[in-house]
Amino acid sequence: MSRTLSAPVTVAFDYTRSTGPVLGRFLTGLRDGVVVGGRTSDGQVVVPPPEYDPVTHQALEDFVEVSPVGTVTSWTWVPEPVKHQPFDRPFAFALVTFDGATKPFLHALDVSSPDEVSTGMRVRVRWAEERVGAITDIACFEPLPAGEEAVPAVAPSGAVDPVTGIVVPVSLDYTYAASPEESAFYRGLEQGRIVGQRCPTCDKVYIPPRAACPSDGTPTAEEVELSHTGTVTTFCIVNVPFLGQRITPPYVSAYILLDGADIAVLHLILDCPADEVRMGMRVKAVWKPEDEWGTTIENISHFAPTDEPDADFETYKQHL
Amino acid sequence: MRDVAVVGFAQRQMRDFDGSPTCVELLVPLFKECYEQTGWTRQDVGFWCSGSSDYLAGRSFSFVQAVDAIGVIPPVNESHVEMDLAWAMYEAWIKIQTGEVDTALVYAFGKSSAGVLRRTLSLQLEPYTMTPLWPDTVSLAGLQARAGMDAGLWDERAMAEVVNRSLTDAEKNEWAVRKGGSSVEELLARPMYADPLRKHDCAPVTDGAAAIVLAAGDRAREVCDRPAWITGLSTYVDEMTMSRDLTGSASARRCAEALDLGGVDTAELHAPFSHQELVLRREAGLADDVTINPSGGALASNPMFSAGGIRVGEAARRIWAGDSDKALAHATSGPALQQNFMCTLEVSTGSTTGGNR
Ligand SMILES: [Zn+2]
Repeated sequence: MSRTLSAPVTVAFDYTRSTGPVLGRFLTGLRDGVVVGGRTSDGQVVVPPPEYDPVTHQALEDFVEVSPVGTVTSWTWVPEPVKHQPFDRPFAFALVTFDGATKPFLHALDVSSPDEVSTGMRVRVRWAEERVGAITDIACFEPLPAGEEAVPAVAPSGAVDPVTGIVVPVSLDYTYAASPEESAFYRGLEQGRIVGQRCPTCDKVYIPPRAACPSDGTPTAEEVELSHTGTVTTFCIVNVPFLGQRITPPYVSAYILLDGADIAVLHLILDCPADEVRMGMRVKAVWKPEDEWGTTIENISHFAPTDEPDADFETYKQHL
Repeated sequence: MRDVAVVGFAQRQMRDFDGSPTCVELLVPLFKECYEQTGWTRQDVGFWCSGSSDYLAGRSFSFVQAVDAIGVIPPVNESHVEMDLAWAMYEAWIKIQTGEVDTALVYAFGKSSAGVLRRTLSLQLEPYTMTPLWPDTVSLAGLQARAGMDAGLWDERAMAEVVNRSLTDAEKNEWAVRKGGSSVEELLARPMYADPLRKHDCAPVTDGAAAIVLAAGDRAREVCDRPAWITGLSTYVDEMTMSRDLTGSASARRCAEALDLGGVDTAELHAPFSHQELVLRREAGLADDVTINPSGGALASNPMFSAGGIRVGEAARRIWAGDSDKALAHATSGPALQQNFMCTLEVSTGSTTGGNR
């Protein structure tokens, strides 16, 4: 058994970005099937156009349409493409200097083996079938067929407004590991136990256990089995519906200080009306049926009132 | 300028760290080593600064949990950069220059193996015209390697020589993930991977963490017989696009020009790809008799967010041991040597010889 528990995690979100006038002009060009570069004060023609002149630092305003045909100035083979690259089979990335430009531009090159690429080879843009005003409107470069000098004309996209923004989806896959101490906590839950650890320096009991005491930095080692009963230190009543919500509002999310612990855990308080939950209320863990247990805090379905008298404020005021 | 020295260094480098991405459990023993080297407790550390990345960890505020390894009662003076350890050290050096603190412990961590490293790093790129294509780190380095080969500045053999020397030197490095030199012929006979790069031209994916201790003036002399005095620091950045001249590194050249590199006998260069060492040597103008990467360098192991700072630590160790009187340490970040950092470490403070910035 490995020291730690791990699980796959995907972190995904869309970056929504405004383009500004320079990149907006470039991306509008791509949508319309033309490649736009910028002429800088030192006479270079750069694709994509830079927003500011690298020498004068003035906003760049001199735009030039360049040919969608160009020359490979460097290339590299991609034997094992990663997710979301232009191809999901081996291909080349290339730096291509468009005819009319003076500096190279990065994009994928559609060839099936490294033998089909060479520095100096002539290539042309292959436009995406649907163009929306993004760098991916260029599907890739492809070798320029012998005897041809241009790119077949493409139909206008139909859109007329300038591109002012883009949406870039980002999705990253991880194998996420718990720390060894957290792993002990989750393995305990699988056996119906709530496991914490005591700091040898300050005697505080942490749940879930952590690799080091956040107060004094001492590694925690001594395992402590904690009570399934505790005290509500603070709480909130959730009234707002949101995406992915599992319980119909209103319901209570609370910090519960288990007896014997020095830090509260966050969990649900159910089995009583939301407006009866209060600071100091005594609650106990309600476990799911044993055959549903895994290495997860969800083994504890929720916490429910014990109907004991409320805890004295003095007993938990240090933990608010 | 105050005289500031590197007086402590600890590291962990491994192929696969079986632990959480915040690496708290890795940092605890590193700090312990730093306390042993200096005789300090955490209360003697005036400033803490860390380097790490939430994209690498796959979770937000990963650096906050790492602070557990310090302990925060009484409260600590702490900061974070989403950059390599070398830049965290730069921030700490500036903090000491302000006179507010005399000592600092800087650390960095990263679990590169949690995701697909060469893909995750696409998030460092220009977000409009590069990231949507997900050009991976190895491909971007490959474009640079070929640009230099086509320009006649280096060839496969020169790259293999760098690899062979690195892997041979790495045999003496207990932390090296990849080690064991063979011969240039044997390396050249291995298959191409990301043409023009072979696998040994690319740094191995590495997990790890490292910590560096800085101290000013007498605080440094108290804890170290031969403090590695930081006599110059510089950092420059090139434009984000790949349309810059990839056969060199303008920012690395400017870093070197800002320092006095006369008398440098050792250089720890952060070159995650073999040809990048050749670029850096040229841009820094290093003579043939300078010892390059006696640790084996990043080709032996390259823990993200620590590997640049490890170059500083390895250089400092050479000074402490008397193997070097003046060393250059270099760190890089971004695609194809886009961002660079250099510092000189010397056995004497250098305050009368100039060269400080
Ligand atoms: Zn403690």
